[in-house]
Amino acid sequence: MNTTQPLPPPLLQLEHISLSFKAVKAITNISFAVQPGEICALIGPNGAGKSSLLNVINGVYRPDEGAISYNGETLHIMQPQHAAERGIARTFQNIALFKGMTVLDNVLTGRNLHVHSSWLEQVFNLGRAPQEAVRQRKKAEEIIDFLDIQPWRNSVVGNLPYGLQKRVELGRALAAEPKLLLLDEPMAGMNAEEKQEMSRFILATQREFTTTIVLIEHDIGVVMTLSNHVVVLDYGKKIGDGKPEEVRQNPQVIAAYLGTKH
Amino acid sequence: MLYREAGQFISHYRADQRLFRLRQDRIGFYLLLASAFVLVPYCGNDYWFSAILIPFLVLSLAGMGLNFLTGYAGQLSLGSAAFMAVGAFSAYNFNLRVEGLPFLLSILLGGVVAGLTGVIFGLPSLKIKGFYVLVSTLAAQFFVQWVFTNFAWFSNDSSSGVITAPPLQVFGLDLSSPAGRYLLTLTIVTALGLLAANIVRSELGRNWMAVRDMDTAAAVIGIAIPKTKLLAFAISSFYLGIAGSLWAFTYLGTVEPHGFDINRSFQILFIIIIGGMGSILGNFLGAAFIVLFPVLMSHIANGLLAGVIDAGHLENFQKIVFGMLIIGFLIKEPNGLASIWQTFRQQLRVWPLRY
Repeated sequence: MNTTQPLPPPLLQLEHISLSFKAVKAITNISFAVQPGEICALIGPNGAGKSSLLNVINGVYRPDEGAISYNGETLHIMQPQHAAERGIARTFQNIALFKGMTVLDNVLTGRNLHVHSSWLEQVFNLGRAPQEAVRQRKKAEEIIDFLDIQPWRNSVVGNLPYGLQKRVELGRALAAEPKLLLLDEPMAGMNAEEKQEMSRFILATQREFTTTIVLIEHDIGVVMTLSNHVVVLDYGKKIGDGKPEEVRQNPQVIAAYLGTKH
Repeated sequence: MLYREAGQFISHYRADQRLFRLRQDRIGFYLLLASAFVLVPYCGNDYWFSAILIPFLVLSLAGMGLNFLTGYAGQLSLGSAAFMAVGAFSAYNFNLRVEGLPFLLSILLGGVVAGLTGVIFGLPSLKIKGFYVLVSTLAAQFFVQWVFTNFAWFSNDSSSGVITAPPLQVFGLDLSSPAGRYLLTLTIVTALGLLAANIVRSELGRNWMAVRDMDTAAAVIGIAIPKTKLLAFAISSFYLGIAGSLWAFTYLGTVEPHGFDINRSFQILFIIIIGGMGSILGNFLGAAFIVLFPVLMSHIANGLLAGVIDAGHLENFQKIVFGMLIIGFLIKEPNGLASIWQTFRQQLRVWPLRY
């Protein structure tokens, strides 16, 4: 690595984040930085605090201690809505789509922060509303094309198979045109083929939309090929941080994943 | 064979977003409107106007109001009749106390007052969820009825809070005949029905459904939950308020607060459950069922069983059958009449193939 070149300022920086639920410490003093444009993987055994950390980043949980700086500004208390307004989108471990709505409508809801017409204009379909509806539709269709889900455009999401629902959820997140995308186990429960497909979409997202991605994934093979940067958690503490190949050599990580003789 | 979409190509998003995408649906809708506006006033008799068509239309409108809140935005409500009462009594007072206020404008203002009342009783929904919201709307139901019964000012000091319809004059036309009242109701319901179809397909309608299906995810993608919920309460109560005015003025003529009791709220809830939650068409189907079915039942019962069982028992018997039919029907089709229509339509489209 060329150390003389200064690194660009990180897009996301977590400093000494701690979070506890009553007596249970979920996250203890975690710091790491995510560079713009990279894919950063959070890995670790179950209960290591990975999902909690994502929830802290987008404001669902409020950390007990520590600070998050994002895009040069320090965020103190964040509501999920504030995070969304700043360009942070996410998907959930257990799919959190709007089950009674069509694929198209789900993707369109992802664009709600790009809507400028007022509710009165929408109710009467006057003023900015009609043109905006067409513009939003066009953008939503771009995402639908990108993810190859055109045949299911008008299908109700609740009736679709699991793998497709995961893809639609990615679509809803991408529709927001996020700067930072948080993916909570985008490949959980998928077979090898589906994982490969989803990996392609994630890489294409990074390449085409220059989105920075933080993802949680259990499949180490996928993590090593996808990510530029890996952070390893165990029992709420950070035990490894670096490039995939460095992390793989880290004795602590090997111990956490494979166990050691005591 | 009539129901073919071959040759109808949609090449613009705007065309894809229209209310009826199929030409056959559009023609059918225009024919329906034309016959409702032209044919029915010539052919119908006063009994049909006053006892069936007007209540059917008004209850459809009330169903739309509740459907916005419950079917689309997912907030349970048992206060529909309260908001109808607020609409009716406000419109009555506007008409009474403002000199020369046109009838239509009074109704509109009544709807606005009902909408604002809805926002106030919707405030608890920002903190509580699910069945607990029901309690707030139940409070509205009892509070509003109590206010109108106990404060005679609202009914201009009439005995037991009865209000009487103002003269039904619209643009100089006297619409107090049954056919006139029917046309007035039909015009208002058609306009608000088309508006409703537009609302639920707009960004606002999508936000309502997002809040209904999963509110945490809605917040995470940036939807302002409080605003979305309160708008649902406002627009829902506005529709209910207008329906209340029509119920009082074009259907009954005179009404007391008791006419908007909790049984009315239940009736409207049944309309949207039978008709279909989250469907505009469903409100009309549900209202038709609620209005027509008892009429049909009593005709059948009087024809077949008259003299065999005494009239009082017959009436109770009808209620039992009605209740059982609703239960049986909901087991067969929990998504309501609108969903049966959708299935039928789909079969028509692919006929004679099966899918």
